[in-house]
Amino acid sequence: MAQALMNYLDPGAIVLGLKAATDQDVIRILADRLSALGYVKPSFADAVIAREVMLPTGLPLGGDNNVAVPHTDPEHVLRPGLALATLVEPVLFSNMEDPDEKLQVSVVFLMALNDKDKQIEMLQEIAGTIQAPEIISALIQSESVEDVSRLLR
Amino acid sequence: MTRQKTVLFACGTGIATSTVVAHAVEDAMKERGIRFNSRQCKTTEVAGQIDDVDLIVTTAQLPKDLAKPVITTLAFLTGIGKAEALDKIEAVLRD
Repeated sequence: MAQALMNYLDPGAIVLGLKAATDQDVIRILADRLSALGYVKPSFADAVIAREVMLPTGLPLGGDNNVAVPHTDPEHVLRPGLALATLVEPVLFSNMEDPDEKLQVSVVFLMALNDKDKQIEMLQEIAGTIQAPEIISALIQSESVEDVSRLLR
Repeated sequence: MTRQKTVLFACGTGIATSTVVAHAVEDAMKERGIRFNSRQCKTTEVAGQIDDVDLIVTTAQLPKDLAKPVITTLAFLTGIGKAEALDKIEAVLRD
């Protein structure tokens, strides 16, 4: 099930080799893409950032290539969608399980969720993908949307 | 036959993450021949939901002083430590 993420990922919301200083910068850049593509309301970015402070979404994968899955409440979402960033230098996200622990995150999936059933499928696909370390490594090396699409089809 | 136990799955929103975890645990326990009742809630709601619960499985931090067994794990999202987490859950459910 790991390779069907492209069903959710909008090619216009894939940002590869992003240079960003903080988790909030990454969230804003991806939220702007989702907003321009009509997936979310302008309030989405601030809502995701506020939620990330309270309920962080960093997922430790046991190495330097950790993943984060920021998201927020349905009221800021127009239709379900997914954005992806890979980072040149990791940024710090807090660990979902232990907010005091900071994780070096290289891959960010920003989820726009408003449909209970669809969001579960989307998150299951993301979980399936991050449980395959070779796919995460290859994703970080990807240089084009075509590369990503081949990996996550 | 002993009473079927109840597991409360908690996450930040009580919808997305806890559902993924609940599905993964249900499937794995079915393979091990164990059935249980399953419920979900937000981490902020757990304290008021635990009276009839035998085990809480959460992906996010909970208050420390809950009177029920708690397993905090991201294993069903990241895959890391999944077998150990399932063994712990099985131990509580077979107890």
